[in-house]
Amino acid sequence: MYNVKNIFIFFITVFLISPVFGAGTSHPDAYQLNMRKGVTDISMQVYDLHMTIMIICAVIGVIVFGIMLYSLIFHRKSLGVKPADFHESVKVEIAWTVVPFVILMVMAVPAARTLIAMEDTSEADVSIIVTGSQWKWHYNYMDNDVEYYSLLATQPEEISNKFEKGSNYLLEVDRPLVIPTGKKVRFLITSDDVIHSWWVPDFAVKKDANPGFINEAWTKVNEPGVYRGQCAELCGKDHGFMPVVVIAKEPAEYANWIQEQEEISRSARIEEQRLLDMNMDMEELMSVGERVYQTACAACHMPNGEGLPGVFPALKGSDIALNNKPKHIDLVVNGVPGTAMPSFAKQLSMKEIAAVVTYERNAWGNDTGETVQAKDVNAIMNGI
Amino acid sequence: MSTVVEDIHHDDHHHHAPTGLKRWLNTTNHKDIGTLYLWFAFIMFLVGGAMAMVIRAELFQPGLQIVDPNFFNQMTTVHGLIMVFGAVMPAFTGLANWMVPLMIGAPDMALPRMNNWSFWILPFAFTILLSSLFLEGGGPNFGWTFYAPLSTTYSNDSTALFVFSVHIMGISSIMGAINVIVTIINMRAPGMTLMKMPLFVWTWLITAFLLIAVMPVLAGAVTMVLTDKFFGTSFFDAAGGGDPVMFQHIFWFFGHPEVYIMILPAFGIISQIVPTFSRKRLFGYASMVYATASIALLSFVVWAHHMFTTGMPLFGELFFMIATMLISVPTGVKVFNWVATMWRGAITFEIPMLFALAFIVLFTIGGLSGLMLAITPADFQYHDTYFVVAHFHYVLVTGAVFSIIAACYYWLPKWTGKMYNITLAKWHFWCSLISVNVLFFPMHFVGLAGMPRRIPDYALQFADFNQWISIGGFAFGLSQFIFLALLIKACKKEGEEVSAQVWDGAEGLEWEVPSPAPYHTFETPPVVK
Repeated sequence: MYNVKNIFIFFITVFLISPVFGAGTSHPDAYQLNMRKGVTDISMQVYDLHMTIMIICAVIGVIVFGIMLYSLIFHRKSLGVKPADFHESVKVEIAWTVVPFVILMVMAVPAARTLIAMEDTSEADVSIIVTGSQWKWHYNYMDNDVEYYSLLATQPEEISNKFEKGSNYLLEVDRPLVIPTGKKVRFLITSDDVIHSWWVPDFAVKKDANPGFINEAWTKVNEPGVYRGQCAELCGKDHGFMPVVVIAKEPAEYANWIQEQEEISRSARIEEQRLLDMNMDMEELMSVGERVYQTACAACHMPNGEGLPGVFPALKGSDIALNNKPKHIDLVVNGVPGTAMPSFAKQLSMKEIAAVVTYERNAWGNDTGETVQAKDVNAIMNGI
Repeated sequence: MSTVVEDIHHDDHHHHAPTGLKRWLNTTNHKDIGTLYLWFAFIMFLVGGAMAMVIRAELFQPGLQIVDPNFFNQMTTVHGLIMVFGAVMPAFTGLANWMVPLMIGAPDMALPRMNNWSFWILPFAFTILLSSLFLEGGGPNFGWTFYAPLSTTYSNDSTALFVFSVHIMGISSIMGAINVIVTIINMRAPGMTLMKMPLFVWTWLITAFLLIAVMPVLAGAVTMVLTDKFFGTSFFDAAGGGDPVMFQHIFWFFGHPEVYIMILPAFGIISQIVPTFSRKRLFGYASMVYATASIALLSFVVWAHHMFTTGMPLFGELFFMIATMLISVPTGVKVFNWVATMWRGAITFEIPMLFALAFIVLFTIGGLSGLMLAITPADFQYHDTYFVVAHFHYVLVTGAVFSIIAACYYWLPKWTGKMYNITLAKWHFWCSLISVNVLFFPMHFVGLAGMPRRIPDYALQFADFNQWISIGGFAFGLSQFIFLALLIKACKKEGEEVSAQVWDGAEGLEWEVPSPAPYHTFETPPVVK
């Protein structure tokens, strides 16, 4: 009898303390059991709420399962017990309705307090428009002349198991979002196509990106560092391949970075104008085109240009890619409304569009031999 | 003497009784239709399970190995649709068909021809759905929740087949629900007042009302998806004045009551089994009924807890958080009542009881993680991760599916007249119990660590647990073949004869008819005191 009771107490103890193991550090490792604490005041509050409710649940579980287990051990027919015949008690029913009710309402108070703080996006120091599109994120700094797309940087060969996978496999991008530490950063989140969800676990920020609507969220990061997350809402084929990477820098470093970026976009625009008067040769167009194709087009039209039958059309052997150059440029520049084909006017430079159209007209046996120049793209883009 | 009476009786009504395929096609007998529903549900369970095996095989290791992401999305979508609409719901309808007339002392369901129809349209619905997988571009790939605009502008043409199959499933469910309500309201044996009905009947009555309330909402949602995609409307397209988030409100207004449609009959089953094997009356019968009714009512005002991250006003988030926490109170009452029923009973551990006990513990774990999900700020971290996947699989697999298995083990001897193979049943129980926890428990860990759901490939730190999960999944899948073997043996009428009561603590009208239950029962209604 005592033995059974001792074992019983042991299991209860183990069950009670088990949530404590593996409590959050800021970087996930294999066999991580619990939520990360994160790096903002809000994320720590969320972590505390999570631990509180989990412990409440664990205690309820231990009590209920404990009583049940006791009954299963000591009220077995094989021990010769005779069943009691009680079958109702208003007092007990009221007690186990009221007690959980009170516990929950008490729990709702800190939860509501944190929630109110999370939803207060006023008085932000920096505002960034975050736009999801299949399958990348676009960041636009509202107060500065800085905007860019952020794409998965993991190589396709890693995904197809030809290369060894790096340590940030699927959680790395070509151009991360950069934000200042110690400042309130507001995110205005929207989408170009389907619903995505922008999630950085370390900030406890997860907000859906709804096409046609703008959601707000904010964070204030205390520690400089690199923080990684992923798209959380199923958004089509490559939903699993659109990570979010945020670098938090000290404010001074951040200011330098912004200046640098503004300089880069200025010179890019000058370069773009200059290119309008120049012709690139086939070789250059094809090599730039292939690079652009792999990052911007291959997700749907596939690296071999064959598309996914019934889902994404093939470019290889397509009538437009072989015979209709203006239409081809127009499709890439303006997209096809009502389908998954987006407009690339904002995402790619004229040179890149020229190169990728040239590539599509000359790769995989599409041997038109034609080149497309930036000025051709400009003509269609600006109606000249 | 009695044989003679039986013969005359049969000549009167049944000299045309067809045999073979025609018997099953034309049957209006509640027992035949119940059997059809149950076999259909089990076949769908295996089909949906096979899709889960594809998913788990792909997720066994990081990297893409077996399927491409587009097909992976089709698997997660169709797995969900099949399990919800093809396995769990028809299984409960099958149990209702078999047991409700037997439990209330009625000769059959009230609307037997409609009963036949509501079953026989189901195979067509699922043939349409499954055949869409073989079309160019594949079947539905937007998740079983088919959020617009992924399911409208960005889906392929097979969406039309998905929409029509859901329509047919909905029609079937509504007809089944009408039948259950009419039967229970009108055909109870004399003396069986509402508050004397067995709890399985009560929970099904309430479930049927939920079905009638929300299946039309689902039909509306899929119809709007259809017209948005094919006929140029803009219900869910902001560019035309619509709103994609409105889709989610409509869907979850159906979807949350749907969750309770899949668990209330399970509560009823457990409330039948626990008293039998505790040899003690159910504790708090009246409070069980009231708790079921309050869960059903509350289920209409908690839908937006699936949508906390969509950008709701603060007041909305607070309202749905508190309403969701409230719904756990009547659910808790049920668990407490079951434990109180066992308390100071004389408990034995027959197979149905083993599954019922597993249900109580594991469903409660799923309920408690549901409580965690109700806390809105914490939900921002849990939402759309494997934590949610773990939560609803605890509720639906170790909850709804375990209750269905428990019900089969409980009533199978009544159906066949023979005790099934206990050794196989024990193997089935222990293999399922262990593997299901290896399968679903580590999902809590990877979810909390940050693994999103519905992804075909994942970051390296999730690799170890995913391997465990997959192994658990394969083991759980294989364990169900033990059940299949047992059922086939049972249908071949192997095993020892059982008495009418079958279990020594069993009470209720269904245990008063002989085992196996004759083709026609309660042609003259029994009197309930």
